[in-house]
Amino acid sequence: MLALKEVGKTYPNGVHALERFSAEISPGEIVAIIGGSGCGKSTLLRAIAGLDRASTGSVTLDNAPITSPHAEIGIIFQEPRLLPWLSVADNIGFGLADLPAEVRRERIAAALARVGLADKAVAWPRELSGGQAQRVAIARALVPQPEVLLLDEPFSALDAFTRRDLQDHLLDLWADTRPTLILVTHDVDEAVVLADRVLVMRPRPGRLFEEITINLARPRDRKSELFDTFKRRVLTALDRSLDRSVRDVTDKSSAGEAMWW
Amino acid sequence: MAMSVDLPALEQTAAPRAAAAARWSRYARPVLGLVLPVALALGWELVVALGYSNGRLVPPPSKVFETIVALAKSGELSRHILATLWRVGAGFALGVVAGTIMGAISGYWDFAKRLLDPTVQALRAIPSLAWVPLFVLWLGIFETSKVALIAVGVFFPIYLGVMGAILAVDRKIVEVGRVFRLSGPAMIRRILLPAVLPAYVVSLRVGLGLGWMFVVAAELIGASEGLGYLLLDGQQLGKPAQILAAIVIFAILGKLTDWLIEVAAAPLLRWQDAFGARGGQ
Repeated sequence: MLALKEVGKTYPNGVHALERFSAEISPGEIVAIIGGSGCGKSTLLRAIAGLDRASTGSVTLDNAPITSPHAEIGIIFQEPRLLPWLSVADNIGFGLADLPAEVRRERIAAALARVGLADKAVAWPRELSGGQAQRVAIARALVPQPEVLLLDEPFSALDAFTRRDLQDHLLDLWADTRPTLILVTHDVDEAVVLADRVLVMRPRPGRLFEEITINLARPRDRKSELFDTFKRRVLTALDRSLDRSVRDVTDKSSAGEAMWW
Repeated sequence: MAMSVDLPALEQTAAPRAAAAARWSRYARPVLGLVLPVALALGWELVVALGYSNGRLVPPPSKVFETIVALAKSGELSRHILATLWRVGAGFALGVVAGTIMGAISGYWDFAKRLLDPTVQALRAIPSLAWVPLFVLWLGIFETSKVALIAVGVFFPIYLGVMGAILAVDRKIVEVGRVFRLSGPAMIRRILLPAVLPAYVVSLRVGLGLGWMFVVAAELIGASEGLGYLLLDGQQLGKPAQILAAIVIFAILGKLTDWLIEVAAAPLLRWQDAFGARGGQ
């Protein structure tokens, strides 16, 4: 289990980016973190990844504190960040350097086929479209089979069609090994289609505002009325999080209950 | 990128024409660059042959060629070429080693940059030829001072190139290395080296160009052999054909060595999204 205990971050320049964020995320859960700009979403994700240290509080994975990048935690950034001097196959195998060549080749081939890029194995990253490049980035992060996969606005640079396509694809890949997914996004649609739980944050300093459970069965129909209800619920929470006159609330609730009012 | 685009049906019918165009660009394009120098050379040859000029101060190409052949036959030419090549080679090697090490230290380690860089930049501001008298006093008039001068000329572009390339490595790519928990040496080998390679090759080529420039300066100062000596000898004995012959050989050697670096680096840089590669495949 991934446990965040009162995680806070103040940057050396004095910016108070995150304040006492606590959450417990169980294995295989998909959590979306959403909020306006400056609410510390990315700061939080980087602390979980071990890329930046939290100033206060702790991040633990199965009781082991995370202070630097961890073998069981993968991350996908907003940009694919492929290494331009490696072929697509070598990019996917970047995290497998310790494995014997034979095993590595098999895992890479399987991953390439899994993300539908088997024909691009020897291509250079520059020859890929934005969506293809992000698929490679996903494959690179998943191929070492991490327990936790962090995604920092992974599809925000893509067009709407590609984005939808990759959201479905991500769920499909997730079903293979069921890692914990923590997704930072500013797209309500994306949060509701992917997540079991949406954490709404509020800015200045960044902190948890509301937690919304999305108890919708998968695959989720983006056009269903229930889907819209959840979206509206998240949107309302977002609006309230930006309204300074509203006090912090961190109660658990779900749109399913709300419907019975 | 353009390579993977599916051609619309209309353009596919034009395939034979496209093939012809590809043939044209493969053979005719390099030839195009030769048109101007060849025309000038032939023109001058003609002017001298027709008696419009005696060609004494500007000898016609045939005369320059004759001189080269004569020098080659007597064995003089290879002796001079080898002497010059050795100086450039030794100076270039020293300059590259020193420039790479210092540049890497300054680029990688901020403290070293603050300590070293101001001094190096100040030294760079000195025209390198100003060192000549000092080097001659310190190192004598023979090979050592010449090699040292060339090494100084090569050092600065390499130093600046390596330092700048390391400073310019994308932090986001380095972060990928951190996410995969690369150790220090692995980070250098798998991320930093490949990332700085393109800029490094450019600085090697610039450095080599300067090496050729400085070998001439060094050999003009005082040498009993070398292509620079041929230049000086030609001037003192009034043999312009010999000067031109030496210049032509300088040009050929300079281009050849530059091409060697380019060819050696090409397999390592195939991944680059180079503007020049747009006509590839």
